[in-house]
Amino acid sequence: MTDVTAETAAPPPASGLKRVWKSIGLLRESYVGMFGAVLVCFWVFIALFVDLLPLQDPLAQVRGAQMLPMLTEDPTGAMHWMGTDDRGRDMLARLMYGARVVLFWSVLATVVAYSIGMLMGVTAGYRGGWWDEIISFIGNVFLAFPQIVLLLVIITAFGPTSQLGMWMANDLGLDKTIVSGSLIIVAITFSTAPQVARIVRGIVLDLKTRDYIAAAEVRGESPLYIMLVELLPNARGPLIVDACLRLGYVIITIALLGFLSLGLPPPDPDWGKMISDGRQWGYNGLNMMLWPALAISSLVLGLNLLADGLREISLRD
Amino acid sequence: MAKPQPAPDKNTPVLECKDVSISYYTRAGEIPAVVDFNLTVMPGEAVGIVGESGCGKSTVALAIMQYMGKNGAIVGGEIKFMGRDMRTMSQEELRDIRGSRISMVYQEPMASLNPSMLISEQLNEVLIYHEGASEEEATRRSIEMLDAVRLPDPERVMNSYPHQISGGQQQRVVIAMALLSNPQLLLLDEPTTALDVTVEAGVVELIKDISKRFGTSMIYISHNLGLILETCDKIAVMYSGEAVEFGTVKQVFDEMRHPYTRGLFNSIPLPGADRHARPLVPIRGQLPLPHERPRGCNFGPRCDHFRDGLCNVHELHMEPVKGQPGQSVRCVRYQEIDWEKARPKAVQAEPVEFGPVVLQVKNMQKYYEVNDGSISALLTGKTTKYVKANEKIDFEAREAETVAIVGESGCGKSTFAKVMMGLETATGGEVILNGKEIGRLPVKDRSPQLVGSLQMVFQNPFETLNPSHSVGSQIARVLRKFGVAKNKEDARQKVYELLDLVKLPRDFALRRPRQLSGGQKQRVGIARAFGGEAAVVVADEPVSALDVSVQAAVTGLLTDIQREKRTTLLFISHDLSVVRYLADRVVVMYLGQIMEQGNTDDIFSPPYHPYTEALLSAVPIADTSIKKKHIVLEGDLPSPMNPPSGCPFQTRCPRKIGAICEQELPPVKDLGNGHRIMCHLDDDVLNAMEPVIAMPGDKPAAKRNAAASSGSGRSKAAAAAAALASMPVPRAEKPAAGTRGSAEKRRATGKKAAAPTRSGVAAAASSAGSAGTSARAQSTPGPGKPKTTKVASAMAVAKSGPERLTKPQGKADDLKLISGVGPKLEGTLNKLGFWHFEQIARWTKKDIAIVDDELSFKGRIERDEWVKQAKALARKPKGK
Repeated sequence: MTDVTAETAAPPPASGLKRVWKSIGLLRESYVGMFGAVLVCFWVFIALFVDLLPLQDPLAQVRGAQMLPMLTEDPTGAMHWMGTDDRGRDMLARLMYGARVVLFWSVLATVVAYSIGMLMGVTAGYRGGWWDEIISFIGNVFLAFPQIVLLLVIITAFGPTSQLGMWMANDLGLDKTIVSGSLIIVAITFSTAPQVARIVRGIVLDLKTRDYIAAAEVRGESPLYIMLVELLPNARGPLIVDACLRLGYVIITIALLGFLSLGLPPPDPDWGKMISDGRQWGYNGLNMMLWPALAISSLVLGLNLLADGLREISLRD
Repeated sequence: MAKPQPAPDKNTPVLECKDVSISYYTRAGEIPAVVDFNLTVMPGEAVGIVGESGCGKSTVALAIMQYMGKNGAIVGGEIKFMGRDMRTMSQEELRDIRGSRISMVYQEPMASLNPSMLISEQLNEVLIYHEGASEEEATRRSIEMLDAVRLPDPERVMNSYPHQISGGQQQRVVIAMALLSNPQLLLLDEPTTALDVTVEAGVVELIKDISKRFGTSMIYISHNLGLILETCDKIAVMYSGEAVEFGTVKQVFDEMRHPYTRGLFNSIPLPGADRHARPLVPIRGQLPLPHERPRGCNFGPRCDHFRDGLCNVHELHMEPVKGQPGQSVRCVRYQEIDWEKARPKAVQAEPVEFGPVVLQVKNMQKYYEVNDGSISALLTGKTTKYVKANEKIDFEAREAETVAIVGESGCGKSTFAKVMMGLETATGGEVILNGKEIGRLPVKDRSPQLVGSLQMVFQNPFETLNPSHSVGSQIARVLRKFGVAKNKEDARQKVYELLDLVKLPRDFALRRPRQLSGGQKQRVGIARAFGGEAAVVVADEPVSALDVSVQAAVTGLLTDIQREKRTTLLFISHDLSVVRYLADRVVVMYLGQIMEQGNTDDIFSPPYHPYTEALLSAVPIADTSIKKKHIVLEGDLPSPMNPPSGCPFQTRCPRKIGAICEQELPPVKDLGNGHRIMCHLDDDVLNAMEPVIAMPGDKPAAKRNAAASSGSGRSKAAAAAAALASMPVPRAEKPAAGTRGSAEKRRATGKKAAAPTRSGVAAAASSAGSAGTSARAQSTPGPGKPKTTKVASAMAVAKSGPERLTKPQGKADDLKLISGVGPKLEGTLNKLGFWHFEQIARWTKKDIAIVDDELSFKGRIERDEWVKQAKALARKPKGK
């Protein structure tokens, strides 16, 4: 038998780090994706290193410096690049610290929602049968609620003012922020996980007919192994793109909750809350609303464009 | 039938492709798909284009339709349809021609019919749009055409949606649609690949008839040589974007000149090939990617007759073959190769002694329950129906034996495999492996040893490996799972051993599946199956998705390992040629029943079961000397949901006796030696059957010698030429004596040429003409001869900017070695005075800027990248 494979010249396998670097290189070819990535990286950088930036204290209220327009100095001589809010706090500092709050909670919420959604989807898709029916039914019930109503119901029923919230805050001695944050995560999980589950289920239904799944079954692998090791890694392509988009929606949702005063408790800066603070001053509060609104849109736009770019690359070749 | 078309002149070619080059533009630059392609189709002629995947045959079809998509373009040559250059036609004219004067039939019939429209609407549309026919007239002519493509009950078909008719009928509708406007040219791109063998035979029969009945010229694209032989007059063999051989079917099949064509014929299992005495010879290596083609002959790196300094020096062109009008070949050495001497020596092996019975299947049954929720079912109380996927499967397999399970889709062969593997449990009967009942033991209840001793090779190489994990880790997982390897180090060692076993380099362990070719993936699949000391390996169509030249290598490997490990192989297939070559025993299945089983020789010679007889006759054989009985089955495969009463085959059986076939399940007749047939036919009828496949000088003993895989065997073919009188092949006038004479002549010239060749490479080059010599002198460094001086002397006057040359004699095939440079860019560069990569290697930054200004095409690929590649090429020793 002649050797068929002697002269194959495939590139040597790259290490993990190199592969990541290579895919970033690929992203460079999508201008749209690159623009999105720059926006997202900007906010991530801010969120990570905001402590090191020469900013004013976001919680410090300067007397006599309420509602300053942008690029003005307060009586103490400090420069407020974006002006101040109705309590005399520096808008720039609040915006930057707000990035940390928003990104932390939205990423955490997305990760939790995704984990649960993926588990639901992969089991429903792979096991099928009555299990699939149950999961899909539960998902459909949650998706049938208007999202806002669902969020309102969950947060008012279990929020800080409810018995559960009181118990968590008083008896367990948990921080107020953590109580509200975890509630936001629960609310977002309920509204997002069924959508994720639906996508994963669809992909898995397709993937499970592949021969390598049959091969795994034939060698007697456990269903858990097949789902986690054989199926999920192959669903990652579309899921990464979707996760980017989903993170954007979650950011909007968190901002919305903040705007409705159902989000994180004051005084920590929260973009949605900042807009709502400005809103009550009408036209005079325009400066207070403009910056957080811009921040939200730029971050969400960045994520959407990044998702577009990733999709463009994944479809190519 | 149709409105009178301008009467085609008998002497004007319907289609003329002259030096056509087609490229695709991608991020990587210009990717040449087809280079220097010539083809002439005369009225009423059928031309076959054959080649492996990626050779550019479908691209040719798309180019003829002028339907290349956004990033494809015809970059050179011209395509003339009825004497008019198609490139000068407007979009309007092209639209008018497509579908009316040139029609195309695609591979997947379901994808070419609109599932939401009635067949009648889709057919009428053609006539109404192209000819402005009235509704009634269109309907009348559509029905006529459906009748002409031999569809039973055309009116019913007209009022059906595509999903309501079977695959074979769909393809007939597509052909009818293509023929409706009475086209001059019909393009068929693998029209039967998606169909079952017996259905395919019917469609092929129809296609054969088209040019006779409608006077339509045809271009038939296929990877199957046998189909081309049955349908075409002329054939073009393509390899890696080029036609390498062209001629009449007879010339190419009997007197093939190109080493690739010969390699193809050596690697397909023709009757007479035997895996012990006369094994198939695969072509080594693999198809180069379009932008990584070698210099000179594209087949060079895989060719056994490759000669350094001759084959890899300059561009090759199609040359007419002396003494064979109409045949041409793209090979510089075709006259000198002595095929007799050069006959590939495959390693012969002793036949294997079978051991004790390993696997016994006794009356195995597998029914699937289907819930019928319809009202009538509820009323009658029959809410559960059964799909009888397997009914009374009964056979046994011995150690080291290969048992083939043959059948068309829906015959239950895959269900049987599932029961074997424990993915399903049998409804009745027994499956006994080494004395242990496993038919009702699902895989999760089997011990690791048992699971390991019963493994499977899967069909689709692109799905058999998980794309997310490295090859090594996937094999290692199997080893750990079966308890063969105890720890990581042990597993790694065993992975290496298994890779050695399937003849893959050890560093493949770290690769991802996408870095492997189809054949390589299938090898990994085999390694995985044999990882756990398997006693029985079930191979489900392991090679049907691979290219023919790779098929031979993979089947060879599989049998080698089987021989070495004395494994029992259950080989599931629909391809009787492969089965004949591989199997010791054959089980023929139809709709869940075993129709016939026995030793391979008994199955392939009479008496046959009528189904086996039809199957045998349906398989296209790429050998002109074979005379085949012609049996085309009526109708399509019945659905296993609703099988016919009595004998399952009775609805299509050409030998049906009468009512008894419809009422009673036939008895199983034992003809001795384990040969069993399930049929109502009398013994006299069975014994009086004639062989379906007759070989020249047919005696059972002569079978093995009527060598299909050697040149000499092929020359004998002329003796059987008369047998093929039914084929419209313009035959070479000279019969047997003539071909033998030419073979001798060939041998003589071969010797003459071979003598000086041995004395030195330079001499060989000189015999190839002065053009070759000069090209060689420029690109091959002779001993102690500074080649740069020569290049420098030819340098153009331009002092600033890159050095430029005037056109060298005998163009070296240099620039295409740089990936991203295709014929178009090469032409542009040549015009600018660049002929060698050595020139490009010397470009400076400034030169690049100057060249950039002069180039019209500005891809994303940087010119720096060209220089980098050119430098790498210049460093490499030539011709390697």
